[in-house]
Amino acid sequence: MKINNNAVLSFKGGIHPSGNGKDLTSAKAVQTAPLMERYFVLLGQNAGKAPEPVVNKGDVVKKYQLIAQASGFVSANLHAPTSGTVGGLVTVPGPMGVPAQAIEIVSDNLDEAVEPMESIDWRNSDSKTILDRIARCGLVGMGGASFPTHVKLSPPPDKVIDTLIFNGAECEPYLTADHRLMVEAPRKVLEGAAIVGKILGVENIFIGIEVNKADAITELQTIADGYGVKIVPLQVQYPQGSEKQLIDAITGREVRSGGLPMDAGCVVQNVGTAKAVYDAVVGGIPLIERVVTVTGEVVAEPGNWLLRIGTPVMKVIELAKGVTDDPGKLILGGPMMGFAQKSYDVPVSKNTSGILLLSKADAVNYGSGSCIRCGRCVSACPMHLVPCLLGCAIESERYDLAAQNHVMDCLECGACAYVCPAHRPLIQHLRRAKSEIRRRSQKK
Amino acid sequence: MSEIFSSIILPAVIFMGGLGVLLGVVIGVFAKYFKVDSDPRVELVTELLPGANCGGCGKAGCSDFAKSVVDGENPPGKCPVSSPEQVSSIARALGIDAGESFARRAVVCCGGDVEQMVRTPNYNGVLDCASAVLVAGGPKGCSYGCIGMGSCARKCPFGAIEIINNLAVVHSELCVGCGTCVAVCPRGVIKLVPAEAEVHVYCNNPDKGPDKRKVCKVSCLGCRKCERYSAEKFGTSGFLASVKYDAAELPTAADVEAIGCPTGALLTAKRHLEIETNNPEFAPNEDK
Repeated sequence: MKINNNAVLSFKGGIHPSGNGKDLTSAKAVQTAPLMERYFVLLGQNAGKAPEPVVNKGDVVKKYQLIAQASGFVSANLHAPTSGTVGGLVTVPGPMGVPAQAIEIVSDNLDEAVEPMESIDWRNSDSKTILDRIARCGLVGMGGASFPTHVKLSPPPDKVIDTLIFNGAECEPYLTADHRLMVEAPRKVLEGAAIVGKILGVENIFIGIEVNKADAITELQTIADGYGVKIVPLQVQYPQGSEKQLIDAITGREVRSGGLPMDAGCVVQNVGTAKAVYDAVVGGIPLIERVVTVTGEVVAEPGNWLLRIGTPVMKVIELAKGVTDDPGKLILGGPMMGFAQKSYDVPVSKNTSGILLLSKADAVNYGSGSCIRCGRCVSACPMHLVPCLLGCAIESERYDLAAQNHVMDCLECGACAYVCPAHRPLIQHLRRAKSEIRRRSQKK
Repeated sequence: MSEIFSSIILPAVIFMGGLGVLLGVVIGVFAKYFKVDSDPRVELVTELLPGANCGGCGKAGCSDFAKSVVDGENPPGKCPVSSPEQVSSIARALGIDAGESFARRAVVCCGGDVEQMVRTPNYNGVLDCASAVLVAGGPKGCSYGCIGMGSCARKCPFGAIEIINNLAVVHSELCVGCGTCVAVCPRGVIKLVPAEAEVHVYCNNPDKGPDKRKVCKVSCLGCRKCERYSAEKFGTSGFLASVKYDAAELPTAADVEAIGCPTGALLTAKRHLEIETNNPEFAPNEDK
């Protein structure tokens, strides 16, 4: 274990994005969004199987009511974000660029809620009761991968979990949603963390926070002892918030190639998930809203908003008083790992941490050249891969060579492409190889 | 002098000569007992095949296919590239039946070139279709149509695919129907059809008509006009019309004329090529 003094920890590799845009929103308190006319709750917004809708067109629903039932273990429930009528199953632009199915809820502006589930006295309950509640409330990892939380918290019995890490690093430039959450709801985050620790029976609970969020660190440190949680200051370095890098930084353990954090005895969750766990277990409230950073140089009033799941992005941009200039690119998530969108009608989902409008100057295309073998990507890669050679192999469609050189371990963090002086589209190459290799292995 | 001859030259000659005879015998023995039986017919058929090694027959190249023909596994007609004359010459040489001709042609079932289809700006990544679909679903508005970055054209062993206005267009006189492009296309928009078919539906989008119309002017609206004209020749699955290629009679240019597809998604291959290559004035029939 690396933590024994007050050293600021980090991992090997990574980059330091300059001018990280967090100043735009880091001091802005989270505002609650007004009710929208319509919400589009995407069906396939969790990793794994999409849930099955349990409401029909014309049904009257109330806030928190179940509208889609998890189908199978690796799936998550969906709940109505407000009261109103079900507008049916509609096709909307999905966050991955392809049309996706969503349940439309037409608000009746009353926002009537169903009776919340009763609060669980988690200190005196067994893990199963708490896990059932988490599954019922449709919790997924809110950092980005949206893996159902109850699955992540049910490790196979042969794996020994001794460390629980919460990711408050928020290493992506521009995003401040987790930062504001930790500053404004520190007790909920800490209690959520303690609940997860209780489920896993783990005593070592850490929250890793990058030192550029000094107010969050002080805020949490003063009260963390009461919850049995340790706050770990981390260096400002991207991708500090990635599971494997966070484990390396805090515990010094390495997750082996192809392995999961549980192979290193760790479970990593986002701080947003911790708050959602608190809401679900203590408040009895399903996951229907999250904090989203609405930001970018061209946004008139960047800020942090508490948005209901299913809010169309266009409406959110209107809340931020629109744009001052033509945006160059719309990205859901951060600029490094977020996904570029082609429509403003895409709805907010459980893993949308940011809505970023890049200016035309920032979204410029530099054009790429040949690899000059400088090796900057090699020193930047947090997974210690050799992106330059992988890129060349994939360009000539040598997917076998790429697979041999562990392309599947790539996090798609984008550090290699960020530092490349030839502006090579390395991440695009690596992603193509990963999808191609996955497709081929499925075929067999 | 004679001393040099008897002590140096003679032993060398005897030794080298003996070695030569010995190795000759060894080679002779190996040639007799370890020889690989090669069928001269395989070589003959390989010579008669086009030698493109395209893999369209499902075999690992022309000589592998020749072997399967000689073994009787495949009829010579299974080679999609050979002309009927070539096929019959192979059949004659082997004294077997030519088998049914499998001649096929590739068709890119999409008419959404740069003028017809909504495009999303700002794609500035790798110019490769498989890479482009991973970024926000590709640079065009339609999620089913041709991406137009030419992955198929680069892979075609016969140079039969041309990218015109961000749309892959097959030159059917060059296409041999090997199917290489079908395997490359990440959208599955390229289909292999019988070589004699001249009419195709140039749309691959199964969505509802109005949704398609939003993204593409030349999409098939699913109006069933063609199906009503002749249910034998055309079918509709969902909101997408299709030509029944396995029907007894294939549609002709006259049928296309008579139907008058409202968007111009139903076309002859010839007309499609004409529109894309040299007729910039072409405008699809606006909503009638």
